[in-house]
Amino acid sequence: MAKILMKGNEAIAEAAIRAGCEAYFGYPITPQTEILEYMSRQMVELGRTFLQAESELAAINMVYGAACAGSRVMTSTSSQGFSLMQEGISYIVCSEVPAVVINVMRGGPGLGNIQPSQGDYFQMTKGGGHGDYHVIVLAPATLQEAIDLTILAFDLADKYRSVVTIIADGMIGQIMEPVELPEIEPPQRPDQPWALTGAKGRERNIITSLYLGGPNLEEVNLRLQKTLEEIKANEVRYAEYMLEGAEIVVVAYGTAGRIAQTAVKEAREEGIPAGLFRPITMFPFPYGRLDEVAKSVEHLLVFELSAGQMLEDVRLATRDRLPIHFYGKMGGVVPSPAEVLTEIEKIASP
Amino acid sequence: MERKAVFANPEALTDDLTHYCPGCTHGIVHRLIAEVIDELGIREITIGVAPVGCAVLAYNYFNLDFAEAAHGRAPAMATGLKRVQPDKVVFTYQGDGDLAAIGTAEIVHAASRGENITAIFINNAIYGMTGGQMAPTTLPGQVTTSTPFGRDVKLAGYPLRVAELIATTSGAAYVVRRMVTKPATIASAKKAIKLAFQAQRAELGFSLVEILSSCPTNWGLSPLEALEWVEESMAAYYPLGDYKVIDEVKSLK
Amino acid sequence: MARGTILIDEDRCKGCELCTTVCPFNLVHIANHFNAKGYRPSTLVDPQGKCTGCTLCARMCPDVAIIVYREGA
Repeated sequence: MAKILMKGNEAIAEAAIRAGCEAYFGYPITPQTEILEYMSRQMVELGRTFLQAESELAAINMVYGAACAGSRVMTSTSSQGFSLMQEGISYIVCSEVPAVVINVMRGGPGLGNIQPSQGDYFQMTKGGGHGDYHVIVLAPATLQEAIDLTILAFDLADKYRSVVTIIADGMIGQIMEPVELPEIEPPQRPDQPWALTGAKGRERNIITSLYLGGPNLEEVNLRLQKTLEEIKANEVRYAEYMLEGAEIVVVAYGTAGRIAQTAVKEAREEGIPAGLFRPITMFPFPYGRLDEVAKSVEHLLVFELSAGQMLEDVRLATRDRLPIHFYGKMGGVVPSPAEVLTEIEKIASP
Repeated sequence: MERKAVFANPEALTDDLTHYCPGCTHGIVHRLIAEVIDELGIREITIGVAPVGCAVLAYNYFNLDFAEAAHGRAPAMATGLKRVQPDKVVFTYQGDGDLAAIGTAEIVHAASRGENITAIFINNAIYGMTGGQMAPTTLPGQVTTSTPFGRDVKLAGYPLRVAELIATTSGAAYVVRRMVTKPATIASAKKAIKLAFQAQRAELGFSLVEILSSCPTNWGLSPLEALEWVEESMAAYYPLGDYKVIDEVKSLK
Repeated sequence: MARGTILIDEDRCKGCELCTTVCPFNLVHIANHFNAKGYRPSTLVDPQGKCTGCTLCARMCPDVAIIVYREGA
């Protein structure tokens, strides 16, 4: 299949359309506004639902409404917009309806800046909103991966009746790369007897996240936890690069993973036995595999575009059994592979 | 001659006994909505969106598909529900905290976009569910648990007149204010609710029916005294009337 | 026989008294006893068969506690 050159945001949007996205509600925020704009043209031309909401708060609640109708629905935002969506996401997960949320991270906290960052790891992987829940978090490192994971996101959302997110960053949103787009096929969706489509010929459906009385809500929570256990058992994804004989393994995801990959390649060329472990599902985090990998290496170097958020999960996975180094950049600053290589060299020859 | 039942529980209402206080006008408005839905024959294609407030459990009382929204977000949720299934009838049922405080952006924009949804706005000048605090619609001087000395406009500002506000949006097709204090006003409110749903069916734009309602418990009045307060004090600040009725809606009547 | 009559479901009634003020013939009153929830329900007092089944009391009731019957309906 021929490759075409696409911008990350547009590739994600096109992937969603090919996945059969029926409705998109969003709000402009840099560096992901191109997703909104692409959808505003394509969805309308295809006769599907597009609406620019008055805020991210409104957007996620429109997503919630459309999801309750059983629609294949998506929104996209960046960092502080995702913060605004947390309440809505908590409601959607509790209600067990499917939705996809793209977060193209920018520098934070606060108003921050528009440069790439990975500062939302906590708010995306640890539930983020109120209550006991998690969303699936998929981390592309290339635009091809962004396309494939966006399509996967819709299927996982249907499978688990939950919210699936893409954790991207401004770099992925803005760069252009050659990609292959899959042929458009109508998606295979499960039956949705729970959907709010009007009580014709059946009992009424109620979709709520309100369960007054302890035992009721406990029951719902137990069910949500059970779904999370299934997700953890079935959906872990990661990539490994040059792990054979590696003594220093860099752990990084997304754009940081991509930068680290070049640094690891160059380290190997210098004779340093380096490797890369790149989680693709940040939730469910690949604790098991990372623990296994860590058993046969000397050092881990966690590299993030943040103050160290995934770092905590790496430490959890390995119980601090081995030296875990950290290299991070905040403020939307993106280091070059050379800077990461320097960190690897420091570990190799302290 | 045999007597037949001429008034009974509407089909769109369940048999459940409501949790609302004695004399609370929620019960009356719920029934009016259900009667309208029955009369228009739309029970099987109607979806309601419940607020956060005393009516948070409204879905227990309607024999309809229903969604529970986050506080203030019902118009956004309704927008999502309606945009993906434009052939359905979608309405929100909201109180003064839900619609006029936390949800002001959502209702204004839904109206401005001319969303083909209907909002039923229950204005009882107080926050009922949480125990009687000031609402954006609380009258100057009114005592509530968060304005124990009476609402001081210097501190807490002035009440918000929602019907007037929403009527200024170009997307609104039918915006009226009614009350449910006695059979005549109840009948007028029912007609307004019916016309609002008909406007939605005719795809004429956004409709909102603001209904001055009572909250006997938090006003510290008996149900009958409370209705008198609605007629004397609330209607003086929030005049009943038709604030926006576009021509196409007029010709539906 | 009176042209109309009403059936009040006592256990739905919350004793709010709204129905007692709208009857054109003043036939609806609060009973002396309590219902299962501890409210004094309303009751029809119509010894002379004046009820016409006008439904005003039922329309006032927030709890749909009143069913109305009428002749010639």
